[in-house]
Amino acid sequence: MNALLFLIPVALILGGLGLVGFLWSLKSDQYEDIQGAAYRILDDDDLSPEEQAKINAKSEPTDKKG
Amino acid sequence: MNASDTVERDWTAFSESLPDGKSKLALAVEGIYCPACMTRIEKGLMDLDGVSNARVNLSSHRLAVTWDPEETNPDILLQRLNSLGYGAHPFDPGRVKSDEQRENQRLLRALAVAGFASMNVMLLSVSVWSGNVSDITDETRDFFHWLSAFITLPAAAYAGQPFFRSAWRVLRKGHVNMDVPISIGVILALFLSVLQTIQSEKHAYFESALMLLFFLLVGRWLDHMMRLKTRSFAENLTALKAETAMKLFADGALREVPLSKIESGDKVLVRPGERVSVDGTVLSGSSQIDQSLVTGETKLVDVAEGDAVYAGTLNGEHALTISVTAAAKGTLLDEVNRLIDDAMEARSGYRQLADRAAELYAPIVHTASALTFVAWWLYGIGWQPSLVIAISVLIITCPCALGLAIPAVQVVASGSLFRNQVLLNRSDALERISDIDMVVFDKTGTLTRPIAGIVNGEDYDPESLNLAIALAKASSHPLSAALAGMDRRISPMSGVTEEKGKGLSAEWKGETLRLGSPLFCGAEKEAETVRVAHPMASLLAFAREGQAPMVFALEQQLRTDAKEVIAQLKASGKSLLILSGDQPRAVEAIATELGIEHYEAGISPTDKIARIEAEKAKGHKVMMVGDGLNDAPALAAANVSLSPVTAAHVSQAASDALFLGEKLAPVLHALDIGKKARRIMEQNLWLATLYNIVAVPIAIAGYVTPLIAALAMSGSSLVVTLNALRARAKSDPWFTDNVAFDEALNDQAPGADRP
Repeated sequence: MNALLFLIPVALILGGLGLVGFLWSLKSDQYEDIQGAAYRILDDDDLSPEEQAKINAKSEPTDKKG
Repeated sequence: MNASDTVERDWTAFSESLPDGKSKLALAVEGIYCPACMTRIEKGLMDLDGVSNARVNLSSHRLAVTWDPEETNPDILLQRLNSLGYGAHPFDPGRVKSDEQRENQRLLRALAVAGFASMNVMLLSVSVWSGNVSDITDETRDFFHWLSAFITLPAAAYAGQPFFRSAWRVLRKGHVNMDVPISIGVILALFLSVLQTIQSEKHAYFESALMLLFFLLVGRWLDHMMRLKTRSFAENLTALKAETAMKLFADGALREVPLSKIESGDKVLVRPGERVSVDGTVLSGSSQIDQSLVTGETKLVDVAEGDAVYAGTLNGEHALTISVTAAAKGTLLDEVNRLIDDAMEARSGYRQLADRAAELYAPIVHTASALTFVAWWLYGIGWQPSLVIAISVLIITCPCALGLAIPAVQVVASGSLFRNQVLLNRSDALERISDIDMVVFDKTGTLTRPIAGIVNGEDYDPESLNLAIALAKASSHPLSAALAGMDRRISPMSGVTEEKGKGLSAEWKGETLRLGSPLFCGAEKEAETVRVAHPMASLLAFAREGQAPMVFALEQQLRTDAKEVIAQLKASGKSLLILSGDQPRAVEAIATELGIEHYEAGISPTDKIARIEAEKAKGHKVMMVGDGLNDAPALAAANVSLSPVTAAHVSQAASDALFLGEKLAPVLHALDIGKKARRIMEQNLWLATLYNIVAVPIAIAGYVTPLIAALAMSGSSLVVTLNALRARAKSDPWFTDNVAFDEALNDQAPGADRP
């Protein structure tokens, strides 16, 4: 019984967070272009120059070996 | 020469200003084939100074750009897009965000709320059910029930709105639709559950009410999604076809503005080779006009000052200044609109399958549940338990599976149609298509291609023919455009001079080439011979120095697969009829070639309706296929109507579906898939009925626990949805959305809709 007293609010709050999250994503037009979103994940162009450099630094040695 | 390079667009009419001083514009983009295009366009635009945001929507081929008007302007943006290889056309902001889109968001929000609430309430209910058979204390159960009520009541009040509203609307008019039993069931169940909770009874039915809402909302949303998708593609097509006009402002400025910003009394300029986009009278200028889209008449008509011109006609070689009358009374468009309204009114007697089913079901369900209540009460178990049983009868019956039965099939079938190049305008058309036994065709633009083709091209030597085509490409006259369309690989000739009203001439390797009227080319004698051989044709002559002049006969040409399609329609036992506004001889020739025995020529829009009504009165179910303004009322009057995407705007709006591309085959696919979809819809309704026949007696007997009701409901919905998946066409050619869409655009005859 004691467990219920905090499990139920927890379940409701978590579910509610999910709902709020969904409503927020809906409001910010995230379902407008589901097809495009799938490809945007693969796009690296939005990285900052430093991040880009980091990735290049990591991949370069293997590139040279290959 | 295309004059559009020199005229500025009135960008303020297309773009919207944001509060932070920036401007935003929606564009329909041509030529997006792959995800790489998306990043290329976005990066290409973001690199420009002053562009703060560019985002491509890959699903709908649209681009939204935000820029700072101080630093850049839309012309630069469009130039950059062009240099990247993408054509783009601005949207008429009057129609960018439709009501349908907002409704879709509302439904999704309701769906999310119903989903969240039903999950949580189900969790509590399962605890109560399992507790009921073991050791739950009364206090805990009451607490759970109160908690459920606390979650359910606001959630149902929000998520149930689409049903409550629609039920209220039809009830006030004295009708019944599916939403009525749903609303009554849900409200009664909620009312009783609260009562049970107050009296700390063992059972409450919050979860049943919520689950019902959730499943029904899924069905409703699917239904909406289908229409939304079609709508967005149709909108792109209209944007690409440039629904704009060149408005002459009082200060003498000339700017391109969207049609929604044109009013009666405005002055617009129609340039050579451009489609007239408004109804009006000519103020100045004279030209020849191709009215085939409006009257079906294939010969060019002379217009001069004071003559009326209609939206959808194609201007010849002179600019015309037109005073807009579209909003005034007595125009052709008015007349057509009035006829369409009348015809639509007559058809609205037809009810959607689901609503008709609901109209049959609703009284039965309500009577059954009322009788159950009375019977159990008289039996002496008290009014409350009796009401519980009556509600479970109400809930376990039709609405849930019935709510999904039709929309699920519509979604699958419309997807399948889309891959077969048919865009569905109205979802209930699928149900109407199935019992069609007569197909009525318009001739010009429907059986034949929208623009004339050359019928005697093989008579001449290829080299001269290619020269003529290259010359024709420099002009936008409808006849030149038809000649130019013969070979798309040839590039236009440079250094062409155009003599108004006569033709074109150019120097080529020291020779003088001329293209135009037979008189202009000195080909009167040859023209006479050709005129005898092709009495229906418009003539276009081409002359080279030192050679006999060539005279081309331009006549309507059949769509490439028209013969096969007609043969297949005949084989499947459909009666065929041609109703055309064109001259009898032209219609006769086409009818004989296709083997269609019944045809009528030279008839008016009113006659077309009369003919179709007469056939309907004889018991025929008529499908009308047509594209002209004169077909629009007939399209609305027929049981089902289809029009090609090149059709006049009004006709597109009046027809149930549009087909893309140059072929007539989509007509067959539409018949085919519609028939299949109808069969599956009926199966689904039978499945729902069967389920009721089994479930209702059990519910009446009082053996249905809430858990069983919930399971049965979900089970029946699942079966119905799975069955709907079979509505896909057997031979679904795997067009991706992009290919079908881009093909449709490329297939438009060259010059047909020059922006």
